[in-house]
Amino acid sequence: MKVAKDLVAASATPMVLGILAEGESYGYAILRRINELSGGELDWTEGLLYPLLHRLERLGYSESSWQSVAGERRRKYYRITDKGLAELAEQRRQWDTVTDALKEIWLGLGDRRPLTAIPLGCRA
Amino acid sequence: MTAREGQEELEAQFEQWRRYVLRRRELQPSDVDELEDHLRGSVDELIAAGLSPDEAFLVAVKRMGSLDELSREFAREHSERLWKQLVLTGDPDSPAADTHSRRDMWAMVLCGAGAAVSIKVPELFGLRLADDGAFYARNFALFALPWLAVFLAWRRQARRPLIGTLVALFGLGAVAANAYPLAEESKSLVLTSIHLPIALWLVVGLAYVADDWRSSRRRMDFIRFTGEWFIYFVLIALGGGVLLLFLFHTFTAIGIIPQEFISQWLLPCGAVAGAVVAGWLVEAKQSVVENIAPVLTRLFTPLFTAALLAFLVAVGWTSHGINVEREALILFDLLLVVVLGLLLYSISARDPLAPTGLFDKLQLALVVSALAIDVLVLLAITGRITDEYGTTPNRAAALGENVILLANLAYSAWLLLRFIRRRTPFAALERWQTGYLPVYAVWAWIVVLLFPPLFSYV
Repeated sequence: MKVAKDLVAASATPMVLGILAEGESYGYAILRRINELSGGELDWTEGLLYPLLHRLERLGYSESSWQSVAGERRRKYYRITDKGLAELAEQRRQWDTVTDALKEIWLGLGDRRPLTAIPLGCRA
Repeated sequence: MTAREGQEELEAQFEQWRRYVLRRRELQPSDVDELEDHLRGSVDELIAAGLSPDEAFLVAVKRMGSLDELSREFAREHSERLWKQLVLTGDPDSPAADTHSRRDMWAMVLCGAGAAVSIKVPELFGLRLADDGAFYARNFALFALPWLAVFLAWRRQARRPLIGTLVALFGLGAVAANAYPLAEESKSLVLTSIHLPIALWLVVGLAYVADDWRSSRRRMDFIRFTGEWFIYFVLIALGGGVLLLFLFHTFTAIGIIPQEFISQWLLPCGAVAGAVVAGWLVEAKQSVVENIAPVLTRLFTPLFTAALLAFLVAVGWTSHGINVEREALILFDLLLVVVLGLLLYSISARDPLAPTGLFDKLQLALVVSALAIDVLVLLAITGRITDEYGTTPNRAAALGENVILLANLAYSAWLLLRFIRRRTPFAALERWQTGYLPVYAVWAWIVVLLFPPLFSYV
C-alpha cells in the first residue's frame, strides 16, 4: 500500500514541523525519519521535501544554517522557530479533529460489521 | 580497482552531476549543494549496504527521480527564479565573479563620468550648446563613443597596436568633423552628423572584437551587441525622459524653472553617459538575460513582409508610379535598413545547424519584396537625379547607400534561396553579413572625409 499523493502533500507540513520539533535536522535525515516513522509507506520525494523546507523557512517557521558537525560533511541544518512551534500546535489541533472524526466513523462501522473481511457471498 | 580509485571516480561523477543540475535555473548553487548532500547520504547508505560506488551512485540518482519534476517543484516555491534577475553588483555565491563585476562597474562609472565631463569641456572654450548647435551636432558622437570604446578595450585588455588604432581613428573622426570649413547651413554638415556616428560606431566595434577582428563569430557578437545596446539605450532614454519631466514640473511648482539646467547639463551629459551605461549593461547581462532584439525581429518580420507585399500589390493594381519626391530615396534607404536589421537579428539568433523552416521562407519573401520596391524606386529615379535636381551631397550619399544596401540584400536573398533549397549552409549567410561590415565603415568614412571637399563644402 502506498499513501495517496494528495494525502502525503497535505500531511507534509505538520510532519516536517513535528520532526524539526524533535531537534534540528537536515534534508536527508528528515527523509529517513519519515521513512522510518511510516514503515516506508509514505512516498516522499526530494522534489516535495526541499521546496517545502524552503517554504517553511520563508514563512518563518524554521531557520537554516550551513554547519559542519564534527566528522561530518557541511550540511544545511533546519531548526524550528517559535512561530513554527505555534503553527505545529495549530496544525496538530486540526489533524486531531480530522483523525478523531475519522476514528469515530470507523469505530461505528466496525461495531456493525468488520471492515476488513466482508465475504463476497454476503453482498450478493 | 582500488578503493581510492573508486572514490575518485565517484567524486568525478558527483562533479558531473552538479554541472548538469546547475544548468537548471530553478536550482541555485545552494540548492544544488543541499541536493548533493542528500545524494551523498543516499550513496553512503547504499555503499554500506554492500553496493559498489558506481552502482550506489546510479541507484541514488535514479531514486532522486527526474530532474524535470524536481525543477518543477522548486519552481513552484521559487517562482521568482524563472524571472532571471540581472544582478548588477555580482553574484553573491561567487566572490571571484563579484569582484570582477564590481571592477567593471567602477570602470563604467569612470567612463560614464568622463563622457559627461567631456561634453562640457568645449564650453570652457566658449562653445555653448545653446549657440553652437552645429559644433555639437557634428561632434556629439565624439563625446560618447570613445568612452564606450575605452570601457570595452579596458575590459578586453586590448593590446597596444589596437589602442593605437583606436586613438588614431577617433582622432581622424575629430579632424574630419572639425577641419573642413563647413557653413552652419551646409548639406555636408548634416551628412557628417549622420555618418560620423556610424563610422565611429564601427570603431567601437573594433574595440569590441579586440584581438580577433577577422573572426566572423566575433563580428556577429558585435552585431548582437549593437542590437542590445540600442534597445538598452532607448530604455535608458525613456527612463531619463520621465526623470526630466518630474524634475521640470516639481521644480516649476516651487517657482524655480530648471530649464537651463536640464537642457544644458542633464540632457547632454545624461545622453553621453547613457551610451556608456548601455554598453556596460549589455556586457554585464550578456549570458544572463535573453536577447530581446531577435524576439522583436520575430514579431515584426511577418508584419513587415505583409506590409511590403501589400504595397507591391497596390502598386501593381493601381499602376501608380512611385512619386519620387526629393526625400523619397532616403525613405527607401531607411526601409532597406529596417529590412536588413530584421534579417541581421534573426540571423544573429538562429542556430546555424537548424533545418530550414517557414520563417526562412518568410524572410526570403521580406527581402525579395523590399528589393522589388527598391528597384521600382531606382527605376523611377534614374536619370532624374542628375538631370532635374543636379548632384548634391545628400543625393549622392542616399544613392550610394541605396546601392550598398541593395547589393547586400540581393546577395543575401540569393544565399537565403540557396539555403532554403539546401544548396549552401546557413553559415554562408552569416559570413556574408559579417564580412560586409567593413563596407559600411568604408562608406561612412568616405562620406565624412571625401564628400565635403568633393562637393566643395556646400
